[in-house]
Amino acid sequence: MSRSYLTDEVTLRSWLTTTDHKRIGILYALTITGFFFLGGAAATVIRLQLLSPDGHLISADTYNRLFTLHGVVMVWFFLVPAIPTTLGNFLLPLMIGADDVAFPKLNLFSWYLFLAGGLLTVLSLVAGGVDTGWTFYTPYSTLYSNSNVMLAAMGVFVVGFSSIVTGVNFIATVHMLRAPGMKWFRLPLFVWSIYATSLVMVLATPVLAISLLLVIAERVLGLPIFDPRFGGDPLMFQHLFWFYSHPAVYIMVLPAMGVVSEIIAAQARRKVFGYAFMVYAILGIAVIGFMVWGHHMFTAGMSPYASLVFSFLSFIVAVPSAIKVFNWTATLYRGQIALDAPMLYALGFLGLFTLGGLTGLFLASIPVDVHVTDTTFIVAHFHYIMVGGTVSAFFGGLHFWWPKITGRLYSEAWARTAAVVMFCGFNFTFFPMFIMGYLGMPRRYYHYPAQFQPYHVMASAGAVVLGAAYLMPLGYLGWSLLKGAKAGANPWDATGLEWTVPSPPPKQNFAVTPTVTTEPYLYHEEGRTHADARRLTPHRRQDEPAP
Amino acid sequence: MNPLARLFSAEPTTGAVRTDSIFLGVCVFAVVILLVVLVLVVGFTAVYRRGSRARRGELPKWLSREIEIGWTTATLFVALFIFWWASSAQFSQWTAPPGALEIHVVGRQWMWKIQHPGGAREINMLHAPLGVPVRLVMTSQDVIHSFYVPAFRMKQDVVPGRYTETWFKAVRPGTYDLYCSEYCGLDHSAMTGKVVIMAPGDYARWARSQPEGDSLADQGRASFVSLGCGGCHGPAAKVPAPPLNGLFGSQVALADGRSVAADESYLRSAILDPAKARVAGYPPAMPAYQGVASEEDTAALVAYIRSLAAPPAVEAAR
Amino acid sequence: MSRAALLHEPFTNIPREQEAFLFGLWSFLASEALFFGALFLGYAVVRHLHIAGFDIGARHTNAVFGTLNTAILLTSSLTMAIAERGALADRTRLARIMLALTLMLGAAFLVVKGFEYHEDLEEHLLPGHGFAIPLRGAVLFFSFYWVMTGVHALHLSIGLGLVGRLFGLSLAGRLVENRASIQTTTLYWHLVDLIWVFLFPLFYLVARG
Repeated sequence: MSRSYLTDEVTLRSWLTTTDHKRIGILYALTITGFFFLGGAAATVIRLQLLSPDGHLISADTYNRLFTLHGVVMVWFFLVPAIPTTLGNFLLPLMIGADDVAFPKLNLFSWYLFLAGGLLTVLSLVAGGVDTGWTFYTPYSTLYSNSNVMLAAMGVFVVGFSSIVTGVNFIATVHMLRAPGMKWFRLPLFVWSIYATSLVMVLATPVLAISLLLVIAERVLGLPIFDPRFGGDPLMFQHLFWFYSHPAVYIMVLPAMGVVSEIIAAQARRKVFGYAFMVYAILGIAVIGFMVWGHHMFTAGMSPYASLVFSFLSFIVAVPSAIKVFNWTATLYRGQIALDAPMLYALGFLGLFTLGGLTGLFLASIPVDVHVTDTTFIVAHFHYIMVGGTVSAFFGGLHFWWPKITGRLYSEAWARTAAVVMFCGFNFTFFPMFIMGYLGMPRRYYHYPAQFQPYHVMASAGAVVLGAAYLMPLGYLGWSLLKGAKAGANPWDATGLEWTVPSPPPKQNFAVTPTVTTEPYLYHEEGRTHADARRLTPHRRQDEPAP
Repeated sequence: MNPLARLFSAEPTTGAVRTDSIFLGVCVFAVVILLVVLVLVVGFTAVYRRGSRARRGELPKWLSREIEIGWTTATLFVALFIFWWASSAQFSQWTAPPGALEIHVVGRQWMWKIQHPGGAREINMLHAPLGVPVRLVMTSQDVIHSFYVPAFRMKQDVVPGRYTETWFKAVRPGTYDLYCSEYCGLDHSAMTGKVVIMAPGDYARWARSQPEGDSLADQGRASFVSLGCGGCHGPAAKVPAPPLNGLFGSQVALADGRSVAADESYLRSAILDPAKARVAGYPPAMPAYQGVASEEDTAALVAYIRSLAAPPAVEAAR
Repeated sequence: MSRAALLHEPFTNIPREQEAFLFGLWSFLASEALFFGALFLGYAVVRHLHIAGFDIGARHTNAVFGTLNTAILLTSSLTMAIAERGALADRTRLARIMLALTLMLGAAFLVVKGFEYHEDLEEHLLPGHGFAIPLRGAVLFFSFYWVMTGVHALHLSIGLGLVGRLFGLSLAGRLVENRASIQTTTLYWHLVDLIWVFLFPLFYLVARG
């Protein structure tokens, strides 16, 4: 048997020059973990400052720089790349029966770009930070801010390029490298979600790139494209920015949906309910997601007719999201449900995403949005989607595929505890923000009226619990790396080609190219009882005899 | 009283009542859906835990398809219903009723400047009468701000380079918080103020007692003279320039063939950047007043031109 | 070097690999289309709002340089296309000459553009203090002019690098085996050319009708 991708070569040089999608996935994982804790540290200081309505733990200027840092780092250096570049890189070729992504060298190049963008952004912090908010709204960012807008925007520009390159690579991989018999409607939903995400990355990110480039041009060269003094239009920046940044929400959450579909099917030992509808829902979200950006601008001074159209489309995009929630729930029906750690994370995702999605209905309703936009209601809403949703799913996926990636098992008890603590801590932190948002607490406030203090204290207390829950995996997963029991090729007894190779997978992935003959998620067949369901092996390798 | 109960028991404007009813309606719907999902997830997890003796096996294909189509359609209809409800409520009230009291707001880092039609000015305070629709015509001197009165459920971004509008009709006197809700730099969180709603008589007394007695239109007439507008637009002008009497509210034919309504936004841009929308039949003689006329001057000039809307009355005043 | 050596992981046959390269490049071109698309849209919106000033600004660009550059770039697309056909038909000498011509034409474009930028600067057509035309629309026109032609020139420079690489390969006698590189580079070069075909009327012809 060939050696695993981890032990094939062990020098640092071999890691930094690797073109193996699995190793690149690990490189990304390490990098984004660093950014996650950097962004988390900023959030911690923000929550501490907000304990008191007129506290002076940090200055107003520092506060503004910290929430900008938190936003920029979490959005572009954690949430957008989180699942696609780590689990996506690692699993995409394995799931479709390929030996690597289509362009392995480009894949490595894209990690270096990511690193370069990250360094530029960190440099802007070292040089004093940025105080524009992650949205870089003009004319504040172009004419009034005295901070390192250019460096940060350059950093985001470069990381956007990395995102586009990764997207192109994944699209080509899914089109060109599916194993024989792996038809489109036999693809696991995770692959579908990564595919749809890549489409959005490729088509939306260039618009972010150009809007940031125009901000830089205005700041550095004085070309006043958004400057109202010369007839430029600040709202044009917002249109361009949200044309990327709303689809970016789907870049963050679609892969999470894919992960959760895999986990729920495997842990409930049940075929995903309405597979085809799930696929159409993923594609529907990706496509309609491009046409709803204006709902970020209902109070910006846009035409009422435009608002009406954007409101309508925002309601329409809720439909595929709802379909997904119902389908996950229905997948549990008549299943063989186990509540291992990945499942706890996945069910946590289901609850938090549902709440986040339902609050989206309030924001699509123009009169309610007018009231709660730019308040903590919005902050709570998108944290439910991106943190409650994406981060929960990321942790779920990490636990689900950890045995595959590392070849080791972790402490189930610790992992379950962390999942439950994370769920509770999250709700404690963010639910109060819905309430104070509706009461009128604006976001990005350094000092605030005293009547909001109880909610802020609650949120800060919850943040402590949440922070602890995020640190726990560092401990028990670290321990698992060193001392964890060896995992077999398929510890969950799950379907999917990635479980047919040893754990950790060999460098070449598949000794023999697999041939796929069945649909995915064949966890149960008609007439079977739960007793013999465990013996099913839906994807048979070519080299195995047919039964 | 606890703040949530207070929130819905004393809505101070007609708009707040409308927003809250939609909010509560969607709330009920959201809670129902959330509970259904929660009960199903917990229920299924309990009944179908691994090793339990519950009945299993495949569902008939037609049944899953019917279910799928059923809840897709149901969701779509609910979404369309909420859209219709929220949008029709908003759309019917998008613009202020005619005859609303017009108050100008200028935002700047980090204060709100208010100009009343009678000439009164205030900073970070907005006094307004009860029971009268009040229309706010707003702009910013620097970055984008947002005029937010949570109790009124009212928010409108204040954007440099253009006028934005919002309006309210208060039904309950009192003092309400005013916040800037669009991040605007260092002291964003200090850019707050109060909105004071008073009985119409009290408001009139308050406005009269303010030191600056000139009405906004009178200030505009003064600016009209001091900025030299009269040289072309005045009665004795030798240069052909569009007449201002009766201009406000009329349709203006532009040199590029378009036709626009002469409202506040048009007048503002015609003063600051005349080349952008030149009136048909006149030479491009007017200089741009961008940087020459401040936002307060511009607001006053607009009010002055507005006061010329009915020519005979103005003649009589002279 | 044998042809088989050019088959890279994870592909198992060469035509599939080449197809993948072309497919990947088309996806990237879609991304590029959105990148420039946003600029074109911005141009359209701003021109609609400031049509008078925009058109006055547009009369200040140098149509001679613009037309010359259009001719140069269109010709370079022709030479590039011939280079591609030549290489694919194993006619290496023809391909090499055509690549060299493409390089020269691309460089000539940049030189002409450089002269034009120089002249623009002399005439104070860079928005900022002392800008030559006291009209806000003109300022905006020239903002778009500098950004869009600048970004295009950057793309062209990257294209020159890629064509230069092909030329290097052809000198080393390894051009023909790099079919995918030839095809993708050609596609990219045509895109850069195509974008100019849109820029030319928007900046040089629009107000001279």
